[in-house]
Amino acid sequence: MKISRSQVEQVAKLARLALEEEELSALTGQMDAILGYVEKLNSLNTDGIVPTAHAVPMENAFRADEIKPSIGVEKALQNAPAAGLGCFKVPRVIE
Amino acid sequence: MGLTELTIHELHARLVAGELTSVDLTRAYLARIAATDGRVNAFITVCEDEALAAAAAADRRLADGAADLLTGIPLALKDIFCTEGVRTTCASKILENFVPPYDGTAVARLKARGAVLLGKLNMDEFAMGSSNENSAFGPVKNPWNAETVPGGSSGGSAAAVAARQAAGTLGTDTGGSIRQPASHCGVVGLKPTYGRVSRYGVIAYASSLDQVGPLARDVEDCAILLQAVAGYDPADSTSVDTPVPDYRANLRDGVKGLRIGLPREYFIEGLDPEVKAAMEAAIATYRQLGAETVEVGLPHTDYAVACYYLIATAEASSNLARYDGVRFGLRVEEGRGLIDMYMKSRATGFGAEVKRRIMLGTYALSSGYYDAYYLKAQKVRTLIRQDFLEAFNQVDVILTPVAPTPAFRLGEKSGDPLQMYLSDIFTIPVNLAGTCAMSVPCGYSAAGLPIGLQLIGKPFGEAELLRAGYAFEQATEWHRRRKPAI
Repeated sequence: MKISRSQVEQVAKLARLALEEEELSALTGQMDAILGYVEKLNSLNTDGIVPTAHAVPMENAFRADEIKPSIGVEKALQNAPAAGLGCFKVPRVIE
Repeated sequence: MGLTELTIHELHARLVAGELTSVDLTRAYLARIAATDGRVNAFITVCEDEALAAAAAADRRLADGAADLLTGIPLALKDIFCTEGVRTTCASKILENFVPPYDGTAVARLKARGAVLLGKLNMDEFAMGSSNENSAFGPVKNPWNAETVPGGSSGGSAAAVAARQAAGTLGTDTGGSIRQPASHCGVVGLKPTYGRVSRYGVIAYASSLDQVGPLARDVEDCAILLQAVAGYDPADSTSVDTPVPDYRANLRDGVKGLRIGLPREYFIEGLDPEVKAAMEAAIATYRQLGAETVEVGLPHTDYAVACYYLIATAEASSNLARYDGVRFGLRVEEGRGLIDMYMKSRATGFGAEVKRRIMLGTYALSSGYYDAYYLKAQKVRTLIRQDFLEAFNQVDVILTPVAPTPAFRLGEKSGDPLQMYLSDIFTIPVNLAGTCAMSVPCGYSAAGLPIGLQLIGKPFGEAELLRAGYAFEQATEWHRRRKPAI
């Protein structure tokens, strides 16, 4: 086994997914199969190989620090599930 | 011949000659969509009013003699492109009611040229899939055979072109999501070099791999669409500031002396015999046209799928963290507090494949596993990219199949994620290498399903790729000989 059911439950917590029992069971088997498949990468010696994060080599992209119009509060809030007083509303965080 | 049968360049000639108005053309396409989409399911949203208004504006521009090649041409967009005021779902329940407050750069560039946008196209949820079965809005059916998949994730973009529901479309390609559906639906699809087209306003899946590209009836239309959207964009710092050539200037120059690489790792046991025969016929056609063929090696091909499913899922798990029920998208509020709201909103809003990839990616990035999975995959990515760069020292383009088989049946692979992932074995390496590739129709199976030829080009070698594709297309009749009966 590459991954156990309890590890899958822990990953679901990290990923902020409230998964059902059946989903956790199915995922344990599927992730195990996929992680078993990707094991094949270990047959390659990659000592001294520089990792590729981006296919196009690029460095930090800077721009002039100029004030430009932005999207504005009204548009930024138009898709909010809950909003008020020009803010996004969320469930109570502090008791 | 009906209006919806014509290519973009043919339509443009009629529009500027005054033989046709964009309003009439747009009405013809809207009627075609209404008549066929019950069977195809390519559209998530049809923008009838907006399209007719844009068509009327295009007709005024045509009358003023200020027309661009795309002015008045009815197009459609994968529902991954943010469109101001038009719902953009990414085929997910979590974005079912999302109305973007702005246009993505590719969309804005099409609008600036006077294109008419007919609507938003179905896809695999968040572009994760190879069959278009992962949509919250139901699967797309292949116009050639409704029992088979159109491919994915840009299944709607390919099916809409094949079914004559749009003159051309835009899709995105992270591991083959333009080329594989183009191949399965018998249309031309091009994935440009990473950085060639802005990703601003394109909902992110795997940011180091995602790229925008066109799907169209023929290679020339593909060149016209690419021309319209290519180029540096200050709003996407990963777009590359290198000049955009005129993609039609050398389209007709032929392939005499072109060196075509045939990677031995792609012509393997298990390749469908009909696909293999179509590849052999295509190679013979290129030789007759004066191209040279050279065997090349891409020795790390066999590791590409494993490499991709670590890198893409890791990036996805990070990108999709934004769907938290706070700023946009679905919120499920029941129970205890903020974390509970995040967890229930995400669990309710995402489909099974999206959850699977978020889980894999979260695991690959988690403490204790990062070096073994994510970092290892990034190193293998370097080897895969080097394979291509070395091959391109010997050849100008590389020819391979797009997919190991013609379109498979609906449901055939949906129960086995790993088998589904392996259907992208020939397209994924190109995304990891970051270079460009296109799918061109090159035959049909005995069952009447299209087969596509993949041409892979050097980084920023789109013009050469299009020239090679055009020469093949003009020497064969695959792109015009038949059309779906839908």
